[in-house]
Amino acid sequence: MTIRFAGDSGDGMQLTGMQFTATTATVGNDLATFPDFPAEIRAPAGTRAGVSGYQIHFSSRDIYTPGDDPSVLVAMNPAALITNYKDLKPGGILLVNTGAFTESDLKKAGLDSNPLTDGTLSGYRVVKEDINQRTMEALADTELSKKDKLRCKNFYTLGMVYWLYSRPLEPTMEWLKEKFAKKPELAEANTKALKAGYNHGELLRLFQGHYEVPKVENAPKGTYRNIMGNEALAIGLVAGARLAGLKAFLGSYPITPATDILQHMSLLKNYDVITCQMEDEIAGICTAIGASFAGRLGMTTTSGPGLALKTEAAGLAVITELPLVIVDVQRGGPSTGLPTKVEQSDLLQAMFGRNGEAPIPVIACATPSDAFDCAVEACRIATQYMTPVLLLSDNYIANGAEPWKLPVIDELKPFPVEFATDPEGFSPYSRDEKLARNWAKPGTPGLMHRIGGLEKDAVTGNVSYDPENHMKMTEIREAKIMGIRDSIPTPQPHGAESGDLLVVAWGSTMGATRAAVERLHKEGVTVAHLHLRHIWPLPQGLDEIFSRYKKIVVPEMNMGQLARLLQSEYPDYRFKKFSKVMGKPFRARELKAHFAEILEEK
Amino acid sequence: MSELQQLKAKDFKSDQEVRWCPGCGDYSILSGVQATMADMGVPQENFVIVSGIGCSSRFPYYMETYGMHSIHGRANAIATGVKVANPDLSVWVITGDGDGLSIGGNHMIHSLRRNVDMKIILFNNEIYGLTKGQYSPTTPMGQRTKTSPYGSLDAPFNPIQLALGAGATFVARTMDVNPKHMKTVLRAAAEHKGAAFVEVWQNCVIFNDGAFKSWTEKAVRDEETVNLVAGEKMIFGKDQDKGLKTDGCKIEICSAEDASVWDPTHESPGPAFVMSQLDNDPNMPRPMGVLRSVSRPTLDQQVWDQVGAVTGTKGEGSLKDLLYTKDVWEVK
Ligand SMILES: Cc1ncc(C[n+]2csc(CCOP(=O)(O)OP(=O)(O)O)c2C)c(N)n1
Ligand code: SF4
Ligand SMILES: [Mg+2]
Repeated sequence: MTIRFAGDSGDGMQLTGMQFTATTATVGNDLATFPDFPAEIRAPAGTRAGVSGYQIHFSSRDIYTPGDDPSVLVAMNPAALITNYKDLKPGGILLVNTGAFTESDLKKAGLDSNPLTDGTLSGYRVVKEDINQRTMEALADTELSKKDKLRCKNFYTLGMVYWLYSRPLEPTMEWLKEKFAKKPELAEANTKALKAGYNHGELLRLFQGHYEVPKVENAPKGTYRNIMGNEALAIGLVAGARLAGLKAFLGSYPITPATDILQHMSLLKNYDVITCQMEDEIAGICTAIGASFAGRLGMTTTSGPGLALKTEAAGLAVITELPLVIVDVQRGGPSTGLPTKVEQSDLLQAMFGRNGEAPIPVIACATPSDAFDCAVEACRIATQYMTPVLLLSDNYIANGAEPWKLPVIDELKPFPVEFATDPEGFSPYSRDEKLARNWAKPGTPGLMHRIGGLEKDAVTGNVSYDPENHMKMTEIREAKIMGIRDSIPTPQPHGAESGDLLVVAWGSTMGATRAAVERLHKEGVTVAHLHLRHIWPLPQGLDEIFSRYKKIVVPEMNMGQLARLLQSEYPDYRFKKFSKVMGKPFRARELKAHFAEILEEK
Repeated sequence: MSELQQLKAKDFKSDQEVRWCPGCGDYSILSGVQATMADMGVPQENFVIVSGIGCSSRFPYYMETYGMHSIHGRANAIATGVKVANPDLSVWVITGDGDGLSIGGNHMIHSLRRNVDMKIILFNNEIYGLTKGQYSPTTPMGQRTKTSPYGSLDAPFNPIQLALGAGATFVARTMDVNPKHMKTVLRAAAEHKGAAFVEVWQNCVIFNDGAFKSWTEKAVRDEETVNLVAGEKMIFGKDQDKGLKTDGCKIEICSAEDASVWDPTHESPGPAFVMSQLDNDPNMPRPMGVLRSVSRPTLDQQVWDQVGAVTGTKGEGSLKDLLYTKDVWEVK
């Protein structure tokens, strides 16, 4: 079941969607969400640019995506209606707030005629309700200004939707009480609106029948928590530092959609976390490098444009061989691009966006909860191999939510760091069997040494311009990164063991790809989905997997960046690209259709 | 921590051969810093020197301390990370007029306003030395350099004023050719708790020889500069017979007896700023010494205090607390 809330960005649709999500999680449905909010937060009210949406997909089965086309669309004004109705499933339910359909509202949305009456909406089950008016009536004897009363309309709407899906009102009422603890009159008004909406739905039996989505069957036993990607990532970074036996240091600069990570980590000061909001992205990564030099685990979080600014310093971390976690929450590019939309177009920037031979391991998270595991993994690689690590997320993961089966604490495997302390024969560039260099932190007697951006002698660690030495150091840095392969598992294809088609995907295309492949597989096609978490180095054993399928396709929200990488690494196979660069995630349906097409090709 | 034995300047010499041009002003700054560090009573392993890129930024390699020769302009940001991560360290930034005021100008002003407890030594030779002689943000207008063959058109920064404007709590100036003066200034910087900004006039013999000689040469130095000493009268002149008198807005030359007493601890940076304006008046001596020295909480201290305070109220968080928050539910 997929439902989308759409309205003006001032209408509180994000909030409505998030409340619906939270409540849905508590009744035990599996879910995934996809908030889609406008770039111009202050776009003129009522215009198409100002439309803000929130989509949630829930079901009693495992969910991998925030859904295909919604079957229910809530549209709070004409602009929201006109920009969203085409996505609604044929026969789907459209709940429209007719209170916002005056001449001038239509004009602001750039409409010449009223879509409610001109036939635009034929084929949908349209429910017209003057939600503005209903909300005002419900709050008639409340001591609030007209404006404040009208603001409660999103909770009235939420009440109606709760009725439709038989959701309990209590979680939201609790939330309101807490949220407006200092303004009980607002808590009361919103609660009233919520209840009124719910009762209204019941009273009018607005919808033909209403849906009951039963609890997820066979959900693995355990403790669950609803989590958004950015928060999971923040928690993962803190947990990762702990597992390394270190304290986290985050140097960052706000940028959509990565800012929440900095915001969330700023709250976690009682977990030995230091956060510094710096003057720019360069300072963000540089403080992190300084903190790592001093013996903390340095981290920096950003999005594509910020990653571009960090490149020179990332190279410094490569040559000084300091641990560092760099997070890029991808958004639409190039340049400022589509800051609030999703894309996977920073992969090659992450891989190659530095001067010189500067290999950096790259890993990518697939879902909101996977962001936790990947953040821990990034910390492991950074500290075990003394290297910067690039962790890729994206806007879809960052702002998406899902129920997260919490790991059992004792099962989280620590990877403690050992600092050098013995002056006997110390050299900053002596290495362990993984080729990771010594880490000696300032304050340790007898181990004073200098590191820096100039090439260093492989043995003494002093500046060296020797040609042979530079070749040797370049090879060592390369070999160290490639050696990470020994510590990562070979991913297994999901679906047919061998056969006609292998779909190789990475990052947040996980859900849609998995769903599309499962559907095709059920229809009898020998197809499988291989999802890559480690993009660099690529895990061992891929060659053998690729050899088991006749065709390989790589769907990506870019122009085929992983496909290019795979093509150059595995020239014996042909990797077909399937690109979508629209600021929107793939839908399972479109992937399935495309895969079917490829299967037909001779 | 090792026994706090009395360190000597030579303990701070690394085994690396110093590779500045013979006659470069950088040598005397190296000696000055080594001597200052030896006297600070800080264990040698607690010193960290961070530099950017430039001739001056080669500095850390010549020092037997922890050090990082980083990338162009970013030393202040890296040093901020070091100091905040471990406030027990004595953190020093070595930078040039290009490194610290041009490409790194942003980090410079922000580290000053945040009052990160670190010593920032800006080697001002009014030129890009390492890249062989292009004009810098402190090169005087009209000067011919490799990239301004017809004269530079860029108005220069006055580093002292930039630091004052950025809210620096300690601002001072000294020169390479007066080691004694340099030592007192470096010592004062070392003792300052907070960001200490020290501009050192440094002669680049190769690309900008004599840039400061009309103020620094022995023959004219006493006449053309005035050494500001906290609590003492502002006296200058070959015979130390002249003084500066100020009402806080205007500065006039007077007799030594009538000279005003210099106070770098004013709450307002105004007097220091007025003093730095003397640089623009060819009839006035240029101020040297400590222009400003005030006390303000440091960033590093506050960061740790905040961590302590939050931990105090919320309690030390465990991994379990981090993951298992109050909104969890069970699937049985
Ligand atoms: C990103 C970057 N841009 C440019 C350079 C080239 N570069 C190196 S040092 C320097 C200027 C150095 O001048 P200054 O900071 O005054 O130091 P000095 O050599 O005079 O001591 C420049 C432009 C570089 N190393 N890195
Ligand atoms: S070029 Fe100038 S600043 Fe650089 S080492 Fe030589 S004299 Fe010193
Ligand atoms: Mg210079």
